[in-house]
Amino acid sequence: MAYSEKVLEHFKNPRNVGTLNKDAKNVGTGLVGAPECGDVMRLQIEVDEETGMIRDAKFKTFGCGSAIASSSLATEWLKGKSLDEAATIDNMDIVEELALPPVKIHCSVLAEDAIKAAIEDYRQKNGIQVEIKETVTA
Amino acid sequence: MEKRRLIYLDNNSTTPCDPRVVDTMVPYFYEKHGNAASRSHQFGWEAEDAVDYAREQIAKLLNAEDKEIIFTSGATESNNLALKGVFEMYAKKGNHIITAETEHKAILDTCKHLEKAGAEITYLKVQEDGLVSLADLEAAIKPTTILVSLMWANNETGVIQPMQEIAKICEKHGVLFHSDATQAVGKIRTHPREVGVHLMSFTAHKMYGPKGVGAMYVSRKNPRVKVTAQMDGGGHERGMRSGTLNVPGIVGFGKAAEIAMNEMDQDAARLSKLRDRLQAELTKMEETKINGNVDSRMPHVTNISFKHVEGEGLMMTFNQNIAVSSGSACTSASLEPSYVLVGMGLGDDLAHSSIRFSLGRFTTDEDVDQAIELVRKGVNHMRELSPIWEMYQDGVDLTKIEWSAH
Repeated sequence: MAYSEKVLEHFKNPRNVGTLNKDAKNVGTGLVGAPECGDVMRLQIEVDEETGMIRDAKFKTFGCGSAIASSSLATEWLKGKSLDEAATIDNMDIVEELALPPVKIHCSVLAEDAIKAAIEDYRQKNGIQVEIKETVTA
Repeated sequence: MEKRRLIYLDNNSTTPCDPRVVDTMVPYFYEKHGNAASRSHQFGWEAEDAVDYAREQIAKLLNAEDKEIIFTSGATESNNLALKGVFEMYAKKGNHIITAETEHKAILDTCKHLEKAGAEITYLKVQEDGLVSLADLEAAIKPTTILVSLMWANNETGVIQPMQEIAKICEKHGVLFHSDATQAVGKIRTHPREVGVHLMSFTAHKMYGPKGVGAMYVSRKNPRVKVTAQMDGGGHERGMRSGTLNVPGIVGFGKAAEIAMNEMDQDAARLSKLRDRLQAELTKMEETKINGNVDSRMPHVTNISFKHVEGEGLMMTFNQNIAVSSGSACTSASLEPSYVLVGMGLGDDLAHSSIRFSLGRFTTDEDVDQAIELVRKGVNHMRELSPIWEMYQDGVDLTKIEWSAH
């Protein structure tokens, strides 16, 4: 299977690889996936406490080229967004941007999960309650 | 960056066709284009002679009789013919077949098919080093057992089964022994009669011959083995496999067998040194593991896990320069890592981190030097990107983490 130009570009020059201090109060960390499944993504956001905007984002990923490209792209998109805006990033946006084939859609799902997990971690640390919009069915 | 030659270290998938083989095939496409079954004219006689000669060349490589060689379209067909053909031919004797979990899909899927047709199949587990347990094998044999089918050498790890010992057990219990010897024939000595193998499948394109032609060895005496044909038609190949013979392919197959017979030992000696160097240099890196028994293994193969790095991603760092294959299949259709490695008790995480290197006749010292450099670079790069490598380095026990499996 051949990879798209955009996947290759992100794979060769991954953006924002690295580690933020996971213990810092203004850092949210999302760790998703499992080594047994061949994908582990760690995505971190650093929030500017004055403005509430995401100031920095970093990732490290164990996985195939598409998984690395998906997380690299996610960090690019996260920077400069508010948490609410960041939470609206949909996996299909990533699929479209990177031209991922159907067999690699799970990589984009993982990236979306990682974003959500990082936001959730930040909110929990800072005691931020979010109004739950979805109704839970029994 | 300097332009490098694309290095091919995936010879277990297929080998390049030796130019000497190609040369012998060419006349049989046009000048000598006859059908080997045409008995009434020169074209047919010429083709028949060429097929007879190739059959002799292959028989010599196996130290067998020419009549014991049946041509097919490849090892998959031979495996199908052996299993289905024996199951049908020996139905009165029993319906039980023994094989192993780490066999090729051509065996496993054929067995699945036979289960639907009423066969009982035992899939032996293998030990951590990839070898079957002889005690397990013997314990699995029962009065209804008609066939044991175990591969000579494994495609993913190169591990060679204890063929002679397996054959002895089969003989003791009067059970036929088939071996998928696709990865072994032409590379190591594979003499079925001497070892006690009654049926053996193999193919030209894994031994520097052309694709699309294979063969099955069928013992003609002590015991005289018969299989029910799976392809009906003109009754070619002693009635076991109908269909016009692929004359150019067979001619090439014969030449490949002749070259293998002459050069196998020197190729094996050279390649095992290169393989050992590649393996030693790569396993100098931290957290690597060689998969499979290193003492009973094909001379040109090594399978290595690079912990905390995913195989497909790793391959992407060097696949502009080196062609290898990985035990990781990262697609939504199959998130499953290599069943061969998992069958050997390797964790899914390590199976996802594995790369198979298979050298061949045309692999050079320089190829191996470059592969060492590029793979090391790739592993280091991917580890920089890997969160689990970072955790490992920080002393985190990865088994204690609650992963969100997906």
